[in-house]
Amino acid sequence: MDQLLQQIVNGISLGSIYALIALGYTMVYGIIKLINFAHGDVYMVGAYVGFFVTTYTGLGFIPALIISMAACAVLGMTIEKVAYKPLRNSSRIAVLITAIGVSLLLEYIMMYFVGAKVKSYPNLLSGNVFKIGKIIIKTQQIYIVLTALVLMVILQYVVNKTKVGKAMRAVSADKDAAQLMGIKVDSTISFTFAIGSALAGAGGVLVGVYYNSIDPLMGMMPGLKAFVAAVFGGIGSIPGAMIGGLSIGMLETLVSGYGNSMYRDAAVFAFLILILILKPSGLLGKNTKEKV
Amino acid sequence: MKVLNKKNIITLIIVSVIYAVVQALLASGIISSFYEITIATICINIILAVSLNLVTGFTGQFSLGHAGFMSIGAYACALINLKMNSTAGFLVGIAAGAGAAALVGILIGIPTLRLKGDYLAIATLGMAEIIRVIFLNMDDITNGAAGLNGIPRFTSWLWLFVFTVFTLVIINNFVKSSQGRACISIREDEIAAESMGINTTKYKVMAFAIGAFFAGIGGALYSSYFYFISPTIFGFQKSIDILVIVVFGGMGSITGSVIAAILLAVITTMLQSYSELRMIIYAALLIAIMIFRPQGLMGTKEVTDLFKFRRKDAKVE
Repeated sequence: MDQLLQQIVNGISLGSIYALIALGYTMVYGIIKLINFAHGDVYMVGAYVGFFVTTYTGLGFIPALIISMAACAVLGMTIEKVAYKPLRNSSRIAVLITAIGVSLLLEYIMMYFVGAKVKSYPNLLSGNVFKIGKIIIKTQQIYIVLTALVLMVILQYVVNKTKVGKAMRAVSADKDAAQLMGIKVDSTISFTFAIGSALAGAGGVLVGVYYNSIDPLMGMMPGLKAFVAAVFGGIGSIPGAMIGGLSIGMLETLVSGYGNSMYRDAAVFAFLILILILKPSGLLGKNTKEKV
Repeated sequence: MKVLNKKNIITLIIVSVIYAVVQALLASGIISSFYEITIATICINIILAVSLNLVTGFTGQFSLGHAGFMSIGAYACALINLKMNSTAGFLVGIAAGAGAAALVGILIGIPTLRLKGDYLAIATLGMAEIIRVIFLNMDDITNGAAGLNGIPRFTSWLWLFVFTVFTLVIINNFVKSSQGRACISIREDEIAAESMGINTTKYKVMAFAIGAFFAGIGGALYSSYFYFISPTIFGFQKSIDILVIVVFGGMGSITGSVIAAILLAVITTMLQSYSELRMIIYAALLIAIMIFRPQGLMGTKEVTDLFKFRRKDAKVE
């Protein structure tokens, strides 16, 4: 029982990070129907920005988080302007290949400048542990969950209560109709990329803090898993991405805790295929009827 | 219908000339052993790209899991070859690898091909990852992460060429058969195809299985040429590499895939000396090509279409 609770605690902290990344996927997919393969690498860049800020300027956790989010927001908007905007009317697969190209570009540019070696993250948060019975909760885990929660609440507010959030929802529902209503589609898409990438940047810093190590190819697997999380929650749905992220994090820690950690990745993908076959629209996704 | 008509004889002559020229260059040492690897890569990539083109380009089913089928072929052939160290063993290995890949293709295809577009892409990606993790964990058979070493080399230029031509002929003929036309109609409009009485699931699975079959052959040749295979070789990156060739050449163009496989292998070989910049240039090229020519080099046209000037006016779009 104690072990189960311990795994749940670990699962929630890992899941919060997946949820932050998954939110970016789901928002971008919701608005331009693109699996943004570069998203996992934006998260990697976020981790590196946090690393450099804390190592060379000695700033603390919160400023590093904010700087990294800002840098990733700019990066996300640039990627959208340079690589995706010219292809807005091309086939979906062309944009997808471009996204893969952007992903490779970010990975190898980063590798060119910082080298392929794993870097160890500075200790930003105290290593205190809390014990409740036999369950160990690290300070980092509390920070991760709190940061993720705060960011998600802000996101919910922005999307549901502000004007730009309304524009985002309108564009994702019907781009042409939104344009006819006078919504600036291009800037709304830019804004979506900015928010999604900022969340990924936050995820990157949190992962650096949690695992203490970062490398230029770190974005690939978490990126794919976050996408699985987004699909599980129902792609395009923001609460869905949160639930999805937590579930995938939980699944992963439970498989490593009780089964074989080598099968962790396989379990996540097997789960994905099951969801896609049983309920392709995901947990909270809307069912779309096929029209002729 | 005569098999030895004018068109087939011309094709046969061209094919024999290509074989003889490269064989002569290899024998005389003009192509050094370093570039021989490039030739092997080109042939294997042609087989993989053309087979993926059948699935993605002609049938319109977006697959990101081709490396999974390739790994099945590679492991099957390597394991058989390590037991039967002879040319017969090599051929049995290729047949077994291709057969196993096709079988897995059918088993995976039946449930996943109900999905469409991006969802199918992610499902196939997940499936390839699962295959990779399984190979990683079958320590006593596949030697886990360390991979299989010392696989006897039987893949020579002759076999590479034979299997490349075999792949091209079979897939080209399939695409032009009534089954192939059914596949193309699914790509154009699945609902319309269905309402015309085409069993879309059947043809999608058929294309998927044929694609997997040839991916298995590609993987088998790979394992027998490079002596060594490990699960990391057949990761997500490999599937992307193959997809890039298909999209770069033009989805739905067999000759496009061939040209792209040759061009990309040559570019990679040329960039070899700039090892660190290589992937950056490769990625930047990929983005630039997609922005300026999203339909790929050839679009859906074949090289032979470029010579058909007379029919240009009669074409109905």
